[in-house]
Amino acid sequence: MRGGWRARNHPAYWAFMLHRVSGILLTLFLPLHFWALGHALGGAARLESFLIWTDQPLVKASEVAVVTLLAAHLAGGLRLLMLEFLAWRDWQQRLVAVAACITIGFGLGYLLNVV
Amino acid sequence: MNPRAQVQLWAAKRISAAVLALCVTVHLATMIYAVRHGLSATAILDRTQGNWVWAGFYLLFVLAVSVHAPIGLRTICGEWLGFNSRAVDVVLAAMGIALAAVGLRAVWAVFAS
Repeated sequence: MRGGWRARNHPAYWAFMLHRVSGILLTLFLPLHFWALGHALGGAARLESFLIWTDQPLVKASEVAVVTLLAAHLAGGLRLLMLEFLAWRDWQQRLVAVAACITIGFGLGYLLNVV
Repeated sequence: MNPRAQVQLWAAKRISAAVLALCVTVHLATMIYAVRHGLSATAILDRTQGNWVWAGFYLLFVLAVSVHAPIGLRTICGEWLGFNSRAVDVVLAAMGIALAAVGLRAVWAVFAS
């Protein structure tokens, strides 16, 4: 048990957890995203009326969260692909930090442009 | 599940992940560009309507995610919930097909509307 907690008290464990949880949340979000884009079948005005609804602060905050989750899943996935397919090098220990930078970069990039 | 099918799922997950890495990077950059210039239906549809390049890109994106998501959920169902049955595989395959269907509908909506 103590060993288990020691294993969890590591950035790589939290990167793994974030990758899983973000994957689940993005899978739940995807049908909503596709449904929203499907409004275009009713014409530009129908899609526009939906986009106006998304101007609410809570929806905007949710958008930023989803974009950040997507960036986190991307960065975590790239990290896993590198660990699996590239020969081990010491710099790979720093991939968690690189993944965090990519996540924060895209999240902030979206946040600063959407507000 | 037999070992051959396990290997095929493993490969499908990695191949779809590599495709998605490219698609998600382009999608994130496009979203940031789009919201910077004001997100509107006209702006979205001006970019996508009748544009075969964007249609092809989003088609690939939808198909890759429809393969990737169910395989990821299958791993989670097995490891966290202990669900490893054939029924779970069937439900997740159906989920992947449904995701592809609504995704392709969305691609068609922004391409052809």
